[in-house]
Amino acid sequence: MPYPTDRKYTKEHEWIQVNGNSATIGITDYAQQSLGDIVFVETPKVGAELTAGKTFGTVESVKAVSDLFAPASGTVTEVNADLATSPEKVNTDAHGSWMVKLTLKNPGELDGLLSAADYEKFVAEEAGH
Amino acid sequence: MRYLPKSPADREAMLKAIGLRSVDDLFAPIPAEYRLTRDLNIPRQMAESEIVDFFRQRSRENGEGYTSFLGAGAYAHYRPVIIDSLISRGEFLTAYTPYQAEISQGTLQSIFEFQTMICELTGMEVANASMYDGSTAAAEAVMMAVRLTGRRSVVVARSLHPEYREVLATYATHQGMPLSVAGFNDDGRLNLKELEKAITPETACVLVQSPNFFGTIEDVAAVAEIAHRHGAMLVVSIAEAVSLGIVEPPREADVIAMEAQSFGVPLGFGGPYCGVIATREKYVRQMPGRLVGQTVDKQGRRGFVLTLATREQHIRREKATSNICTNQALVALMVNIFMTVYGKVGLKELAKQNLAKTAYAAAQFAKHGKILFSGAPRFNEFVVQTSEDPGAINSRLLGHKMVGGLPLKKFYPELGNAALWCCTELTTRSAIDTAAGLIAESERSMRSSSVASSKEEDVEEVAR
Repeated sequence: MPYPTDRKYTKEHEWIQVNGNSATIGITDYAQQSLGDIVFVETPKVGAELTAGKTFGTVESVKAVSDLFAPASGTVTEVNADLATSPEKVNTDAHGSWMVKLTLKNPGELDGLLSAADYEKFVAEEAGH
Repeated sequence: MRYLPKSPADREAMLKAIGLRSVDDLFAPIPAEYRLTRDLNIPRQMAESEIVDFFRQRSRENGEGYTSFLGAGAYAHYRPVIIDSLISRGEFLTAYTPYQAEISQGTLQSIFEFQTMICELTGMEVANASMYDGSTAAAEAVMMAVRLTGRRSVVVARSLHPEYREVLATYATHQGMPLSVAGFNDDGRLNLKELEKAITPETACVLVQSPNFFGTIEDVAAVAEIAHRHGAMLVVSIAEAVSLGIVEPPREADVIAMEAQSFGVPLGFGGPYCGVIATREKYVRQMPGRLVGQTVDKQGRRGFVLTLATREQHIRREKATSNICTNQALVALMVNIFMTVYGKVGLKELAKQNLAKTAYAAAQFAKHGKILFSGAPRFNEFVVQTSEDPGAINSRLLGHKMVGGLPLKKFYPELGNAALWCCTELTTRSAIDTAAGLIAESERSMRSSSVASSKEEDVEEVAR
């Protein structure tokens, strides 16, 4: 499936959409498919500091609990309240379901992330195994 | 437990099917120099009648008809006969873990009922399907608090069972969790000033036992206030489950880690026992152990299932809530049946009897020895201090077919000749009176021997 080009991707299957100095983070469609029915999302509190590459929460499905890795460093400004009541929305629309918004600390970190095309290639290789 | 052996004909057929001539041929891949070429040095096999005789003789070597005044984490309570007759049923005795809900509704329902009753007794919102025992339950509850708070150090009350503290230390040492110990007052309770001093911004939780190792009921509300004010959680350990029949449960606790052995589990030389963790719903995802949940199937019928299993060892691995991935199902079932048979009214009555007998015993012993920690309420255990070494007194008690209280010198040397005594509903008045009488004798002889030696000194003085 074509991945939205308005954002960047990580090898841990998170997406990050930038708007000036703030960014929105979620997980990709490939991630939700692999996880299965999502029942719970554990997110950090507003004000928490995220460090690029470090875990900042978890996504729990009926068969696994997966760590969420921060695509970039920054301070959490908003957490999606929908996740608490309707975690299944992440399954039905992964790219439309955001998890966390943050103020970026070091926008330069994004240069190291994957473009939509690179991510699509990466996923195709992963799926091929 | 039945054993179904294979006949020589069965063996022949199996060997033939895989093209071998003897069982020895199965070990051919092992190099000859490593193969044992003689019989093992074990006694010959016995006939069934010889085996029965052998064990009868061994069991006669055990003491029978003794009255025990021991407690300290393992309690002698009456076990209703119905417990063993029910748990011996094949459906319960040999059933495996209920991973496949469709064929395990009976097992799952019984565990769900167990969890529910534990919640009702402890005032908590959710309980797990059991842990190994009270000591590991306490250690696991502490690690749960460490995960939930993100802090690493722990403050432990010295009035917590010394062996529970040892178990916790084993975990703590290898997981980089600094432990500090806060002492107890003259009334046997955790010293709140020491507690305040010991808590730091790095303290994940305070661990206290109530009724504590000395049988004294802690001021849980006061401990909770201090812990919570510093952002630490409160874990309360309960070793004598029968206390819940009359003592207000520690509702201010964030996590309760208990030992349910008192509820129908035999003393069994130390195990198997039944730990349980009970906590608030908001912490359920960090609670270790199995959890049974109630749900509905596709046809809307009620059903039970193992839930939140993704947090467990076999899926989450090093990030799991525990390295333990099992429970004490059969032992928890004994606890379940006990709680059901006694019920709310029965448990309260049971607790009252324990309380009454212990109060009587303490009053009798107080006439001759010193009862420590009298400034605070106690349940079914108390500490007696005597002039003579408790070990010597206990040797004399053995002659009357009684096992005396646990000498405390090795755990609390500053208490001198002190011993921990426990009375349950099974302790008779005459046993208490006899024990009190022996303590009286001990005190008298200690006094007269000290009087005699001082008299000797007087005589020497006069002689000079």
